[in-house]
Amino acid sequence: MIVLLIRDLRLAVRSGGGFGLGLAFFLLVAVLVPLAVGPQADLHARIAAGILWLGALLSCLLSLDRIFALDHEDGSLDLLATSPIPLEGVAAVKALTHWLVTGLPLTVLAPALGVLLNLPPDGYLWLFLSLLAGTPALSVIGTFGAALTVGLKRGGLLLSLLVLPLYIPTLVFGAEVARRGAEDLAIGVPLALLLAVTMGSIALLPFASALVLRINLR
Amino acid sequence: MELRVTDLACARGGMIVLQDVCLQLRAGQALLLRGPNGAGKTTLLRTIGDLQKPITGTIDAPEDSIAYAAHQDGLKATLTVRENLQFWARIYRRHMGDVLQRMNLQVLADRPAQSLSAGQKRRLGLARLLVTGRPIWLLDEPTVSLDAASVALFGDVLRGHLADGGMALIATHIDLGIKADVLDISPFRAQHSVPQAGFEEAFL
Repeated sequence: MIVLLIRDLRLAVRSGGGFGLGLAFFLLVAVLVPLAVGPQADLHARIAAGILWLGALLSCLLSLDRIFALDHEDGSLDLLATSPIPLEGVAAVKALTHWLVTGLPLTVLAPALGVLLNLPPDGYLWLFLSLLAGTPALSVIGTFGAALTVGLKRGGLLLSLLVLPLYIPTLVFGAEVARRGAEDLAIGVPLALLLAVTMGSIALLPFASALVLRINLR
Repeated sequence: MELRVTDLACARGGMIVLQDVCLQLRAGQALLLRGPNGAGKTTLLRTIGDLQKPITGTIDAPEDSIAYAAHQDGLKATLTVRENLQFWARIYRRHMGDVLQRMNLQVLADRPAQSLSAGQKRRLGLARLLVTGRPIWLLDEPTVSLDAASVALFGDVLRGHLADGGMALIATHIDLGIKADVLDISPFRAQHSVPQAGFEEAFL
């Protein structure tokens, strides 16, 4: 399965791989929101954690439809399904690749963009940690959505509609951890719930993704 | 080692297209599937290749013995010929060996797959079969876009595979120059294409 991971990472960084798409979108959100809100530094500080979380979530959403669609178009999904790798493994590797290419860079970039939004000094660490704990769930849930819509022409719209409600718990708890961290409040409960959502998704959704892939490949 | 298909019925798009299909393939044998367009050749191959479940009937084959080659070759445009083939070799935990030479691809080895012609892509797609190391090949129109020389080359490869005790089930309209039985699947066409309403359909 490591072979598939290496191939997908290689494809992501070669031309047309879409590696920078999510990052560029995230950067745009963080740059444009202060301009739209106006010059109120205290307001920026209050909304910074939420805006950065929302930006990260939407950036993740942007590249979801590529997870299986490209492999489906060129026929490699059929061939992978008949290969010795279990389809559950394929789904897990696809989610991991999506996280490495989208979620991890967003997590690393977010504290830097916190400066643009006047994030309070206490918030940087918790913003970073909440994204680190939450973005894997975004990738795994997104992979499940991509598996549901694989084979549909222009399935991106349906994919976003399917995935958005599933993203809400992660967004609520993740942004709450970052906000409470920035305001120096206790973060135990939202962090525990965020981790629970992430670990539950990682444990269950690759199996669900493989199941719907099998149905969609028929 | 043999492939045995008994009383198989398979469906496409919720409609049963073939029923009561029986066929048997022993080591070293090839079987050509014939039938007009839409007769269900691809559906039959996909069912035997375990990409979809049969409606009824059984498919007996040793575990991990089937390699399926679809209409599409599953190539990545931005990877080179060698990288594409290496990927599939590693997936099947095997070495590439001299496969590039055997499919006459060695001069193209370092070109990205997007710059290949349709026939060259097809040759690369067929080379994938050789690196799988699996004995039963399911081939869906393997010679599409191949020129006469490449068809002959693939015929040689296929004969070598059969001589090594391999098997091949081939949906094709042209002569590959191999000794093979022909199975016309038209008689197996479903009489009444009953729509299949099942849990999975409702689920989606």
